[in-house]
Amino acid sequence: MSTLEIRDLHVAVGDKEILRGVDLTVRSGETHAIMGPNGSGKSTLAYAVAGHPKYTVTSGTVLLDGEDLLEMSVDERARAGLFLAMQYPVEVPGVSVSNFLRSAITAVRGEAPKLREFAKELKGGMDALSIDPAFAQRNTNEGFSGGEKKRHEILQLELLKPKIAVLDETDSGLDVDALRVVSEGINRFRASGDTGVLLITHYTRILRYVKPDFVHVFAAGRVVEEGGPELADKLEAEGYEAYTAKAASA
Amino acid sequence: MGLETKPLSTLHEKASYDVADFPVPTGREEEWRFTPLSRLKGLHNGTAAVTGGVVVDVEAAPEVRVETVGRDDARLGKAYTPADRVSAQAYSSFEKATVVTVPKMTAASRPTVITLRGSGAGAAAYGHVLVSVEPMAEAVLVLDHRGSAVYADNVEFDVAEGATLKVVSLQDWDDDAVHVSHHHARLGKDATFRSFVVTLGGDLVRLSPSVSYTAPGGDADLTGLYFVDAGQHLEHRLLVDHSVPNCRSNVTYKGALQGDGAHAVWIGDVIIRAEAEGTDTYELNRNLILTDGARADSVPNLEILTGEVAGAGHASASGRLDDEHIFYLQARGIPFDEARRLVIHGFFAQLLEKIEVPEIRERVLSAVEAELAR
Repeated sequence: MSTLEIRDLHVAVGDKEILRGVDLTVRSGETHAIMGPNGSGKSTLAYAVAGHPKYTVTSGTVLLDGEDLLEMSVDERARAGLFLAMQYPVEVPGVSVSNFLRSAITAVRGEAPKLREFAKELKGGMDALSIDPAFAQRNTNEGFSGGEKKRHEILQLELLKPKIAVLDETDSGLDVDALRVVSEGINRFRASGDTGVLLITHYTRILRYVKPDFVHVFAAGRVVEEGGPELADKLEAEGYEAYTAKAASA
Repeated sequence: MGLETKPLSTLHEKASYDVADFPVPTGREEEWRFTPLSRLKGLHNGTAAVTGGVVVDVEAAPEVRVETVGRDDARLGKAYTPADRVSAQAYSSFEKATVVTVPKMTAASRPTVITLRGSGAGAAAYGHVLVSVEPMAEAVLVLDHRGSAVYADNVEFDVAEGATLKVVSLQDWDDDAVHVSHHHARLGKDATFRSFVVTLGGDLVRLSPSVSYTAPGGDADLTGLYFVDAGQHLEHRLLVDHSVPNCRSNVTYKGALQGDGAHAVWIGDVIIRAEAEGTDTYELNRNLILTDGARADSVPNLEILTGEVAGAGHASASGRLDDEHIFYLQARGIPFDEARRLVIHGFFAQLLEKIEVPEIRERVLSAVEAELAR
């Protein structure tokens, strides 16, 4: 049983305040969707929690099972059980997928997997996501299509088995087939054990495949409305206009 | 022999066997402006005492002929004429030259390794190597520079029609060594030349690989890898002279720099003369600057004097480790030091794959590891 607890989080990029007091709690077994218009700060939340150096936390706390994530380096947070699936996965020239994944698994599990077991695990993971096995020898994300990059993110999710996964617009840029494959991966991860998911998305489309327990609407750097899955239906029908207008007048 | 002015377009390069034809460099000349002359220990101005020693040891493939010859051997200096003062100094000062011959139609069954071991940086030594690959022959050659020395030399690679020569030159000197070297490849019709330069050690290394073509169909691939530490000056000056039609060249040099006063210089000169129609050439230099206080100078020069090229381009970039690469790896739990190591390995990975001698590839790999552990 794990808990990610975000309290009154304020985050700035340079002099500009992006997050203005975010409160959010994600427990294992729960899936939370964060929805909101472009520029509302959804991705900033994801990157700030993961510890990207570009984002400065000006106040607030982020605890994972009571431990202060903000005091940890990026890699310490990941080893503590946090995972961020990125909207734009980074191309790392000259580092093969296989080498990258083996290094990551070794770091997160605290010991190097046996070569044969790793090969088997990797192949199983790739098969489940319909990833061509030849990708294991390619450079990490280099020359991958948008859909291939997202599958590769979910492959990492399934191999690293974090306590809490933050998925930043994993659905963006995917065609229906790729969306289904990726959603199945997320659902396998949800079913695999005591894990919590924070799903950040602009569109309701992915929520047909990955059912959220809670929906939070983000606008102008904070949560402006919360509810159950029915809130997503309302957003689908009405869009974000009501919230952006409210935020602008606030 | 008097002064010959090679018909180089704007580089105004001179070629002569006589030291006196080249004035003592002052450091203001284009070809010397990046080199700290005071650290050359007199190689450039005739003040170096010639009592130093570099022991040449050859472990040859059985099909290959190796000779040690005197200055008067008629084969020497045919493929290359010295192009600067230190080169001319080396040419007029060496006592013995090493001549390696790969007989025609012969494929050497294993690499021929020439080890050049310096016995001290107290005095200067000069050397000369000629590698002659006769028509349709094939060979792999390793030049392995170790120990400590103040050393200037010229290496001629004469690759005849249809022949293939692959060279790995490893500058793995001790910290106080000074090495100024010219490697010139002269390619005959349809000849193939592969050069892989690895420069890691030495206080000052200035290596000038050059290529000329005598007939169409020549194909040259020049690859380099260097790792510059605090206080080191590692300079590579490439010159590819396309003077005949339908030849190819590709230059790829990559280096990493770390520490105060680490200085890398890369000059990439490519000339495509009016008569060299159908030339296909590309040159690239990339520098990875790992710490403050390190500096990379990278100057590609491409001169095209014909409108009929198959391809011609160059690229040069020097920069820091990409924070986004490091963040991505760290976000997967990989600690910073390990992430940095992976990214730097990645930077060199494609080059390392090109080293065809497995023992050398392993040695370079572990040398890069050792540099990263510093």
